[in-house]
Amino acid sequence: MSTAAGKADNPLERGALAEDAYMRRRKRISSLFAWLCFAATASCLVVLVTLLGAIFYQGLPWLSTTLLTNNASESPEDAGIKAALVGSLWLIALTGLMAVPIGVGAAVYLEEYAPSTWWRKVIQLNISNLAGVPSIVYGILGLGLFVRTMGLGKSVLAGALTLTLVVLPIVILATQEALRAVPGTIRQASFALGATRWQTIWRQVLPAATPGIMTGVILAISRALGEAAPLVAVGAAIDMTFLPMSLGDDYSGLPLLIFYWAGHANPQFHQLAGAAIVVLLLVLILMNSGAVLLRYRYGKNIKW
Amino acid sequence: MSTDAQPSASPAIRPPAVVGNDGARSADEMAQSPAKVAAKGLDFFYGESQALFNISLDVPENCVTAFIGPSGCGKSTFLRCMNRMNDMIETARLNGEVLLDGHSIYGPKVDVVELRKRVGMVFQKSNPFPKSILENVAYGPRVAGERNKAKLYEIAERCLTYAALWDEVKDRLNDSALALSGGQQQRLCIARALATDPQVLLMDEPASALDPASTTRIEDLIGELKDRYTIVIVTHNMQQAARVSDQTAFFYQGRLIEAGATRELFTNPKEKQTEEYITGRFG
Repeated sequence: MSTAAGKADNPLERGALAEDAYMRRRKRISSLFAWLCFAATASCLVVLVTLLGAIFYQGLPWLSTTLLTNNASESPEDAGIKAALVGSLWLIALTGLMAVPIGVGAAVYLEEYAPSTWWRKVIQLNISNLAGVPSIVYGILGLGLFVRTMGLGKSVLAGALTLTLVVLPIVILATQEALRAVPGTIRQASFALGATRWQTIWRQVLPAATPGIMTGVILAISRALGEAAPLVAVGAAIDMTFLPMSLGDDYSGLPLLIFYWAGHANPQFHQLAGAAIVVLLLVLILMNSGAVLLRYRYGKNIKW
Repeated sequence: MSTDAQPSASPAIRPPAVVGNDGARSADEMAQSPAKVAAKGLDFFYGESQALFNISLDVPENCVTAFIGPSGCGKSTFLRCMNRMNDMIETARLNGEVLLDGHSIYGPKVDVVELRKRVGMVFQKSNPFPKSILENVAYGPRVAGERNKAKLYEIAERCLTYAALWDEVKDRLNDSALALSGGQQQRLCIARALATDPQVLLMDEPASALDPASTTRIEDLIGELKDRYTIVIVTHNMQQAARVSDQTAFFYQGRLIEAGATRELFTNPKEKQTEEYITGRFG
């Protein structure tokens, strides 16, 4: 910007001075890199939008109240997702109830109590590895342990226990991360005021870590909602015609039904699968925005 | 010290004058006060490296004791031995004794929760909890079991008044403590430490991150609090030690080089290292 008083030939303006080759090269590389990063982001977006577009295109015509109020059926016009949706809600509720207290408890022990011995390091390493174990492996474990050995059968409880195993490492690792982010000075201040370790954890550390813990819980519940493989392994039903009413009842899950429909001989079911995916995504978005809201409310006062 | 032998002394190598500290107690007065805290032959280790060597020092009651010395000299470590904050460092261990009112604080049956209620602490960097101002001050009594809201409010008012913060925050006690300025946060931390009704107040460079005006307020506050509490303050700032303390202890490389009444230590140090440090020749 040149003002009336300013001299016209400002040496800082672009093009005012002859650039040497090195300077030009530096600027080219700089803008090239910015474009590369933008392209990486754009390619993710394109894939996502295409996918969602295809699903909505297939599924939207089939989104109706029939879909929500009917159970699985062999005629596409009558088929619905009611039992599977309710089964999925059962599963994530139970999984959350079990995974959050156990996972947070384990993380608190590892971060706040456990002395840093080689034993602790072994446990830590194992938890990190468990987070990467394919979920079908947990399904096989659930089949052996919960379904057969413990005799829970193909119950919704056995399914939820299996999903709890799948998401526990996620909850533990995220909670540990959140606890580590709470400054040590907060713990010291609490101890110096005569608080016990438990009081320090309960009144200072956990509240300060809550936003981070919530993130882990969101991730974990979303994962539990989307898993189909472990449910196949523990024998969840597909063609449920009644709703699970207690922990011991049979159940189905949305991902299972989607998987079944997507591979069905009748192509109309492929479109139904699209509609079911839309419902699954809506449930996910609804839950996540609830958690984000909670996270915001807890987190807005905390700035170190 | 012969003044003639030295070249004309530049201001840089003159020890800080003990001015503005009219309330400083003399060596005789301090000799009358019983030792509130006493260290006897204290050695302290971080793992294999020894941080304190055979420290013995009496902290007289209702006096301000200042620890001075260059960075890494062990003064903060020694301060943290007095309320066992070093317990939280896994590799830390110590030999020797620290006594509070003549009783060992490192005995096998000592409850650190009880100890820390009696020996409060203010940290170098103000560290208010991410809660309201009122909640911060009420925290100590609350964890000690006080549930009565009116009582907690009364304690908060009293302690915030002691810490010279009440008038600034009385209309916004429920606002977040993190919204306060740095100087206000540090005074809040002092109020919070006073709320457990301690007998000893440990201050680890409480004004090092504050502007001069806030520093003055904290120093004035220390002068007012010493009639009620025994105060130990670690400071990098020798002028500050000269201004606020009755007794000064000089540490160097983990050893207590010299301790004595502040007036005497600053005007007539016995040890050469002390003299060199307070005249600014090293450290």
